[in-house]
Amino acid sequence: MWGVVLRSILGSLPVLLIVSLITFGLMRFSPGDPAAAIAGMSVTSEQLELIRKDLGLDEPFLVQLVKWYGGLLQGNLGRSILMGQDVLEVTMIRLPVTIALSLYALVLTLVLGLASGIIAALRQNTVVDQLAMVFAMIGISVPNFFLGLLMILLFAVHLGWLPTGGYIPLSQDPVGWLRTSTMPALSLALLQMGLLARITRSTMLEVLRQDYIRTARAKGLPSRLVVVKHALTNALIPITTVVGIIISLSISGAVVTESLFSIPGMGQLLTQAVLNRDYPMVQGGLLLTTTFLVLVNILVDIAYALLDPRVRYERS
Amino acid sequence: MNGPDIVAAGRADDAPLEEDFEVAAQRQSPWRMTVRRLLRHRLFLMGLGLCSIILVAGVLAQVITQTDPTRLAMRWRFRAPGQDGFIFGTDNFGRSLWSRVVWGAQLSLYIGFSVVALNAVFGTLIGAAAGYFRRLDNALMRVNDALMAFPAILLAIAITAVLGASTFNAILALSIVYIPRTARIVRASVIVLREMEYVQAAVAAGAGHWRILRRHILPNAMAPLIVQLSFLFAYAVLSEATLSFLGLGAVPPTPTWGNIMAEGRQYLVEAPWIITIPGIALMITVMGLNLLGDGLRDVLDPRLRIQQ
Repeated sequence: MWGVVLRSILGSLPVLLIVSLITFGLMRFSPGDPAAAIAGMSVTSEQLELIRKDLGLDEPFLVQLVKWYGGLLQGNLGRSILMGQDVLEVTMIRLPVTIALSLYALVLTLVLGLASGIIAALRQNTVVDQLAMVFAMIGISVPNFFLGLLMILLFAVHLGWLPTGGYIPLSQDPVGWLRTSTMPALSLALLQMGLLARITRSTMLEVLRQDYIRTARAKGLPSRLVVVKHALTNALIPITTVVGIIISLSISGAVVTESLFSIPGMGQLLTQAVLNRDYPMVQGGLLLTTTFLVLVNILVDIAYALLDPRVRYERS
Repeated sequence: MNGPDIVAAGRADDAPLEEDFEVAAQRQSPWRMTVRRLLRHRLFLMGLGLCSIILVAGVLAQVITQTDPTRLAMRWRFRAPGQDGFIFGTDNFGRSLWSRVVWGAQLSLYIGFSVVALNAVFGTLIGAAAGYFRRLDNALMRVNDALMAFPAILLAIAITAVLGASTFNAILALSIVYIPRTARIVRASVIVLREMEYVQAAVAAGAGHWRILRRHILPNAMAPLIVQLSFLFAYAVLSEATLSFLGLGAVPPTPTWGNIMAEGRQYLVEAPWIITIPGIALMITVMGLNLLGDGLRDVLDPRLRIQQ
């Protein structure tokens, strides 16, 4: 067991190293002068020099690289030009908002996606199955911002049930959080729901054809028990590996969803940073978000090993 | 009577055996068989139909639109679809949405095709190199893994942030984001094929690496690649729309579905058609491509087939 944990942590180290190099290089190797891009049109050469100095762009490349890693080790990711605050500090305020939203979307995805996938598989080739798959197809084909806009139009503008945007933290007012987060979470979850329903259906169908399912049925076990205990537990194992992808998609989706619903999370922060050429913020935010996802994937690996004894024994 | 004759005698000449059919089927070119199976796949045909609508609109944009999609005509602002002869209505600047959405189709297709083409070339090169040459595998795949660790859209917006917003840069950013995913799929096929006996035979016969890859491995790795590319087309169109919705794609006034919707956001209540029409066009495209991908996967890659 610990072998699996250690292996997945060690395996992630080179990935993180390269991720940090890419985020570093992204800004340094940008065509043109980042300082000029930040400063805008009307700027004196002294001001430009100052920005360059502030970003450390006046130093030789290797010095910049060493400083970047030195900073990373101390948790210093630089300062946001736009907000004048420490990148790590801003991220730590904004990331929980995105994580809460993504978790809400994940719950919706798991409940609705799994349920419709399982029901579709059990009722294969019936109307129920076809309907579920049509909805899944719509889910993976509708852009999340389009769904978001349509929901705003229906639930906020016409029916007036939910606010058009804004955000109330969960800790402050859970009901308010639900009111402000439900539409964003739904629009965020739709794609993943469709994906998960399709994957669950095909995995379930695969498992339901196995010999041990036939044996379980033959020995007279009630159908419900066969489905839940024998089929579902085995079908869930490959599905766990998808959870990492689902969370990654949620975070990606949050970029546009948060902008749409004016939710002050990572997505909105990074979009603003990008539009305002706040390079340190883009760089730091990208690195921290990706690191978070790598950690999620380590957890998924471990969960997978816990669930599937074959992996546990094979690797240890 | 000797052996074979008995067999021949025991069999009525006018009733061919089942094997004969199989032999006949095998004689057909695999391409024709694939096409025939695809044409019998209902969902594939539906996808083909949806994609054709967009393809025709995009290709014939010049012919089927009368007005310049960027021409402002303030006195025609906010015409609802069908009003005053505007099929899809007009936007806040009085520009014809029909024109804008049709030209947007052309741009979406252009970007989608470009990303797919770049993926086909570089994804295959990187995937084949990593899968075939064991020494390159580790290095290439670590970089690949790192690029795939970034959330896709986030990396794309960071790249466009650095390069600046434009159509070309959107293509470049989306290619950088998706090529590692394509490379991974090609690599997986190549690793399996590399160990096949016929490849070993080719090695033994003295064939060079290039010849083995080109003649023996890559043709057999095409099926999963084609399936991937059709889904990739859908992702690329969707991601481009997202980028331009955020103001990071083609620069206005060039119409893209994403930036039309971004502008329409402010007039959600007065003129909901400004977002609905490009949204539906986008949905038709992505759904059509997804259905095509499903069909291709069912026919080309039986291992991945969802049992019907």
